[in-house]
Amino acid sequence: MNRLERLFADSRGTGRKALVVYVCAGDPDLAATERLVPQLAEAGADVVELGVPFSDPLADGPTIQAAAQRALQSGTTLSAVLAMVRQLRQGGCSVPLVLFGYMNPIVRMGLAPFVTQAAEAGADGVLVADLPLEESHTLGELAQASGLSLVLLAAPTTPPGRLRAIGQATRGFLYFVSVTGVTGTRAELPADLPAKLREARAASSAPVAVGFGVSTPEQARALAAHADAVVVGSALVEALHRGGRDASEGLSLVRSLAAAVHAAR
Amino acid sequence: MTPAETVHGRFGPYGGRYVPETLIPALEELEKAWAEARVDRGFLDAVVTDLRDFGGRPTPLMLAERLTAKFGGAEVWLKREDLLHTGAHKLNNTVGQVRLALRMGKSRIIAETGAGQHGVATAATCARFGLPCEVFMGAEDVRRQSPNVQRMRLFGATIRAVETGSRTLKDAMNEAIRAWVTHVRDTFYVIGSVAGPHPYPTLVRELQRVIGEEARAQCLQRFDALPDAVVACVGGGSNALGVFTAFLPDTAVRLVAVEAGGEGLATGKHGASLSAGRFGVLHGSASSVLQTDDGQVAEAHSVSAGLDYPGVGPELAYLRDVGRLDVRTATDDEALEAFQECCALEGILPALETSHALARARDVARELGTGKRVLVNLSGRGDKDLGHALAEIARRRPGATT
Repeated sequence: MNRLERLFADSRGTGRKALVVYVCAGDPDLAATERLVPQLAEAGADVVELGVPFSDPLADGPTIQAAAQRALQSGTTLSAVLAMVRQLRQGGCSVPLVLFGYMNPIVRMGLAPFVTQAAEAGADGVLVADLPLEESHTLGELAQASGLSLVLLAAPTTPPGRLRAIGQATRGFLYFVSVTGVTGTRAELPADLPAKLREARAASSAPVAVGFGVSTPEQARALAAHADAVVVGSALVEALHRGGRDASEGLSLVRSLAAAVHAAR
Repeated sequence: MTPAETVHGRFGPYGGRYVPETLIPALEELEKAWAEARVDRGFLDAVVTDLRDFGGRPTPLMLAERLTAKFGGAEVWLKREDLLHTGAHKLNNTVGQVRLALRMGKSRIIAETGAGQHGVATAATCARFGLPCEVFMGAEDVRRQSPNVQRMRLFGATIRAVETGSRTLKDAMNEAIRAWVTHVRDTFYVIGSVAGPHPYPTLVRELQRVIGEEARAQCLQRFDALPDAVVACVGGGSNALGVFTAFLPDTAVRLVAVEAGGEGLATGKHGASLSAGRFGVLHGSASSVLQTDDGQVAEAHSVSAGLDYPGVGPELAYLRDVGRLDVRTATDDEALEAFQECCALEGILPALETSHALARARDVARELGTGKRVLVNLSGRGDKDLGHALAEIARRRPGATT
């Protein structure tokens, strides 16, 4: 059982909800990300998703696209992200880490070498935005064999039968995409989202995390009541970018999000 | 990554459906709608009628006598897709897809475009059928292809100039996919090439194969034989597969795919995904992709916006691997030279994309020798390129200051 699975196994017993935060690795550079991750955990993040920058992030909105561009400009590669994960683990950081990326850099490295190196470095999960269920079997089996969780996504457009299939195949958690759209903050989330989340939890053998569009503690608190975890990405990426080298605004956002999510039942 | 991993949409290791989950149900819906439509006589007849009355099919097959004489080898025959309505082969596909969208009850069309030809064809088709149309186009291409932008606007389309990345076709396609993810329930995405997630590579090929089927029959009628070689330019590959597909079983017919050599393969500034790409995943399918060692998609380069693309249709990557394609490149300079040559000798202004095919057709004609025949898919006309091409030609003149 990796750190991710242990976290959710523990919180299933207590009913405690988890805060998952996304940061783009290498924005503005990998040294900054390496300093940031333990601070995120300390501020209350239960899981950190490390975005692996890609040149053509077609599931991402403008905020994360721009972050990925900054990360690529600072020379960030998949190998360098894995090396940073190794450093974090050697430094004693124990927060569950999920690599969030796109298929092409993984294909270039090779699926088996990627999985082996990610597991050895100390990652717990992998989430690939352009890898739907049908294409996921090879990577899923390799990940499983290395103790990595391949996290699958479900969307509001996913029909019930397919939702069950995804819910059974996913590992670690099921990432439920709250909106039909790309990543980015939304003032309002769909009214039928609680019902969708109920369906997702019934269909999934793994805990359900809801993400895309969530930016405020109020949204996070409301959604946490209907899911096992809430993911916040673009709002944090934006806050960190505004701060430049000063992460305090981002960390204070994480603290308020954590308080909101952890108070929910 | 094995061919057996998905039942449909694989060409060897290529193809598949690498898109966000949100789009999967829409792709399944499209696949099902197409499977029904393609065996529906009424639908097929309607497309054929549209392509005749609106499009101008069949397009002629023409012997290019002066190019033949200049090349000094095989006879050069031109399949005149430049005469299709809106000036390129693209309309074959947009008529079929927009009719399919209507059949599926979709109320809105989006498309990506590079050279603007697919955008113009989509916009014209949407105007004819009364559907709102939004076209995503790289800001750099908006600049290079302004006549097409004006035409799309006249046809009532909204142009979204894409400012991200290299601001060309690749980025336009990213943005179109993002828009589709956001409006997937009511929107039909008309992809212009044999690329993208399954079923698009197959769907677009099936809608474009009319080029080769018509040309094959015309060859048999005109000279009672098949051509010895068929030459087409390849960006994403829709005109190439369109003309090649009918000849695939004719193994004696050499199929020559000409990619954008840009400033030369050695410079890294080109669009030659089949010649220099590596296995990868771009825009929803696995194919041969121009990319860096750590898997970032490279920026392509070509004087022609339509070939300025770092990917290629998965079926073409497969046909390359099994040895069915003779893959070559033509540089910017060679394409510009062929562009002028075709104008001066045949009175035909070819698209810059097509000019790449013409540049290598010369070599193929010489290799084959007299008594043989080479069929060139004259995929589009070059009116859209006039300003850009003349500036590029002027820049290359001895003594030009740039």
